[in-house]
Amino acid sequence: MSDEMVTIQVDGKSIQAAKGSMLIEATDNAGIKIPRFCYHEKLSVAANCRMCLVEVDKVPKPLPACATPVMDGMVVHTKSPRAITAQKGTMEFLLINHPLDCPICDQGGECELQDVSLGYGGFDSRYVETKRVVKQKDLGSLVATDMTRCIHCTRCVRFGDEIAGSRELGATSRGEHTEIGTYIQKHLDSELSGNVIDICPVGALTSKPFRYNARAWEMSQKETIASHDCVGSNLSLHVRRNEVLRAVPKNNDAVNECWISDRDRFSYEGLTQSRLQEPMIKQDDKWVAVSWDEALEFVASELLSRTKNDAAATGMLMSPSSTIEEGFLLQKLARALGVENVDYRLRQSDFSETQTPWLGQSIADLSVNNATLLIESNVRVDQPMLCHRVRQSALGGGEVMSLSSVGYQMNFSMHESCVVAPQRITEELAGIAKVLSNLSEGSVCDELVSLYPGIEPSPSAIKIAKSLFDGATSAVLLGSMATSHPDYGLIQSLSVEIARLAGANVGVISHGANSVGLNLMNMLPKKELASAKSFGDMQSEGMKNVVVYNFEPVYDTYDAQTCLAMLRSAEFVVEFAMFENDAQKDYANVLLPITPNTETSGTFVNCEGVWQSFTGAVKPFANSRPGWKVLRVLGNLHNLEGFDYMDSSEVLAECKAHASELAGISASGQWQRQLDSSAGVARIGSVSPYAVDSVVRRAAALQKTSLAENGVVRLSPELASSLGVQSGQRVNISQGDETIELSVVTDHSVAQDSAVVPSDVVVSGVLGSLYGEIALQK
Amino acid sequence: MIKQYLGSLFLIELLKGLKLTGKYFFAKKFTIMYPEEKTPISNRFRGRHALRRYPNGEERCIACKLCEAVCPALAITIEAEPRDDGTRRTTKYEIDLFKCIFCGFCEESCPVDSIVETNIFEYHYEQRGEQIMDKTKLLQFGDDYEAQLAQDRTLDAQYR
Repeated sequence: MSDEMVTIQVDGKSIQAAKGSMLIEATDNAGIKIPRFCYHEKLSVAANCRMCLVEVDKVPKPLPACATPVMDGMVVHTKSPRAITAQKGTMEFLLINHPLDCPICDQGGECELQDVSLGYGGFDSRYVETKRVVKQKDLGSLVATDMTRCIHCTRCVRFGDEIAGSRELGATSRGEHTEIGTYIQKHLDSELSGNVIDICPVGALTSKPFRYNARAWEMSQKETIASHDCVGSNLSLHVRRNEVLRAVPKNNDAVNECWISDRDRFSYEGLTQSRLQEPMIKQDDKWVAVSWDEALEFVASELLSRTKNDAAATGMLMSPSSTIEEGFLLQKLARALGVENVDYRLRQSDFSETQTPWLGQSIADLSVNNATLLIESNVRVDQPMLCHRVRQSALGGGEVMSLSSVGYQMNFSMHESCVVAPQRITEELAGIAKVLSNLSEGSVCDELVSLYPGIEPSPSAIKIAKSLFDGATSAVLLGSMATSHPDYGLIQSLSVEIARLAGANVGVISHGANSVGLNLMNMLPKKELASAKSFGDMQSEGMKNVVVYNFEPVYDTYDAQTCLAMLRSAEFVVEFAMFENDAQKDYANVLLPITPNTETSGTFVNCEGVWQSFTGAVKPFANSRPGWKVLRVLGNLHNLEGFDYMDSSEVLAECKAHASELAGISASGQWQRQLDSSAGVARIGSVSPYAVDSVVRRAAALQKTSLAENGVVRLSPELASSLGVQSGQRVNISQGDETIELSVVTDHSVAQDSAVVPSDVVVSGVLGSLYGEIALQK
Repeated sequence: MIKQYLGSLFLIELLKGLKLTGKYFFAKKFTIMYPEEKTPISNRFRGRHALRRYPNGEERCIACKLCEAVCPALAITIEAEPRDDGTRRTTKYEIDLFKCIFCGFCEESCPVDSIVETNIFEYHYEQRGEQIMDKTKLLQFGDDYEAQLAQDRTLDAQYR
């Protein structure tokens, strides 16, 4: 679209519009209302509902405003008798087959059809014949259907095509027999499927978990930030009687546009499941509920006496989805007590890297990159809103490539997908760097040469390097699984080297909602302090006293076996927890109930470095308290200076003063290989998208979707045949001392001699490191 | 002056008053001996609420929540979820009769004639909390007075 502007006249008002834009865009910008159903600003124009008919001078028939380009000097009437008659006629036709079931329809009260029919329709119906009925369709556990109500605007069809990237819904048959549905009976599998609920202008597609729960007018809307990935999608929570009943997207073109992932939309279900209600202390192996005063005084006196003697044997661990206020206060408390062993990098095993794990560019910029290399990233399900941007770049002609241990299914076509076993990823990267050094006539650094002397780049590496080099703007993105890789530091060093040679941006897509923020708050051991222990050191050396903040070690850590062993052998464990689970009862001494981000105020820093603050939408559940308040009181009880905050904005102000500017990611200086080629089967411990944190894991509807596929191990066909197993059979998987049984799925996209065993499979035992060696037995 | 004197001498005013007394003394009485006797009640009378059922025994209420929305006294509280057969039903339907002002808006707004006001106005509570009519009670009232309710509505139908 050109920048040239034309002047048109609408209802006697002169307005400016970009040449080539549609009439409805111009009137929307000018605040002139034209009714519509099929038009959506983020989707292509279909012009099939005919609701936006307007009268244009010198044109014999009314024209649809959504499909009429503006022309200089055009005179438009949106409220002339002719336009009104046309709109009324369309409305009458649309209502012919629409059932009069508004009282039982979930869309009632927030329905575009209701609104438009009230504003532009007639008052009674002349249609007395039988209305059509369409059979109900089962689209899975997230989207409920009442297809009789459908008015065939095809927004959902276009959404699947243009945004979700998988055409799951379509219109079959013609005329009155048109039906929207899946061609073959199936569920919606897209990670963005929930958005069809928002864009459906009628009650044909509604939310299944929310079905019949409440009316639009009963709920109040509270803004918040999604806490399940590093995008920080903007949400509106709908709250009634102190209960979150649903989540819908809030427009923010810089972050999530008007979409959100299913995880952000439906995870609210987990907020009230198995919550820890009271502070508890273990006395003689029995758990006793106590008052907050008692619990906090106990924790304060224990921590004080224990850190006095043993600050070096005390560690504080925090979930990467905690707010920046919590992170700042926990590290402030720790360091005031002389404890330097703090960490939030729970799903990491290589801790050599301490730079801020951010994207290196803005989220919106991802959609204009000419070349993007994704390293160990299943961005489609892990960070769906980032994938949306990467997909836009691919649709715009950009080349997207991946280098990973599993050929992840993306919703766009890949320029190149290089699948290698986890231990060979660094080798491929070195190959890419080598090709780039030839292309750019620069030279690779000495460390790389000495690590991989005489490397022969694979054809994939050559293709990737060429594309990165040719792209005017290119990006190398380290996926969240890359940060879990035992060679994370080396991968990052190699990526920086590649980026330097190709003139690309390096970015990290981190775990959790707030890795960037917690890094900025120094919630990790200081590099210059040799004695400060990272999470890995704490596990290998063992800790006497541990603070567990807001995570479940069984699911949320890189090596659940080792982490649990550390916690079990510790003398004193304080756990700040939102939820109850069996493991915590075993290792912890004190449990302090804290709140999820819907019940407290706080701030997340997303992967592009934007600080997004939110306030609590509902009151804390039962006797739980916002984490930052608990930490503040603990600071007071220790008689520490500077813990007298009156509200969280004072903490935030201090956080802001404390934070450094985000800088581009530079070489880490890590040139050691950790993961060597091994003879055994390499585990690829991916994190299932619906098991990323304790809230999501408790969201019932999400767990019933196909993406939450549970209890399976994915094997490459070669590995499966060498083991003599087939899809559907059970296989024993042992790691460390524990063995679990899972059913096999053979998958061509898995690298040879590797097995995808997600981190959330806790069947009968707990497995070890995400990238460890495992033994498989039939 | 003399007329006034004579008037009071012959107790004319007193007799006038007694005449009125005498007239009503012998006239037909209109006092209703409540509670033995009762006044007739309009079929539009707005008394204590009830929830009606269809003749096949299915409850009418579909949990559209219009009554809850229209209630000026915020006396109605409804919670709903899909019943096992997938239909939209209330899991909680409560009217607080201390809050209720018996305006009849709930009945007017109901698209399925489910919530109605009966002609019952004689009831009392002995304990705090009894004034909250829950779904079971309201359906029971509906069942008990269905004949009357149906008749009242038939009579009124011609004016609607």
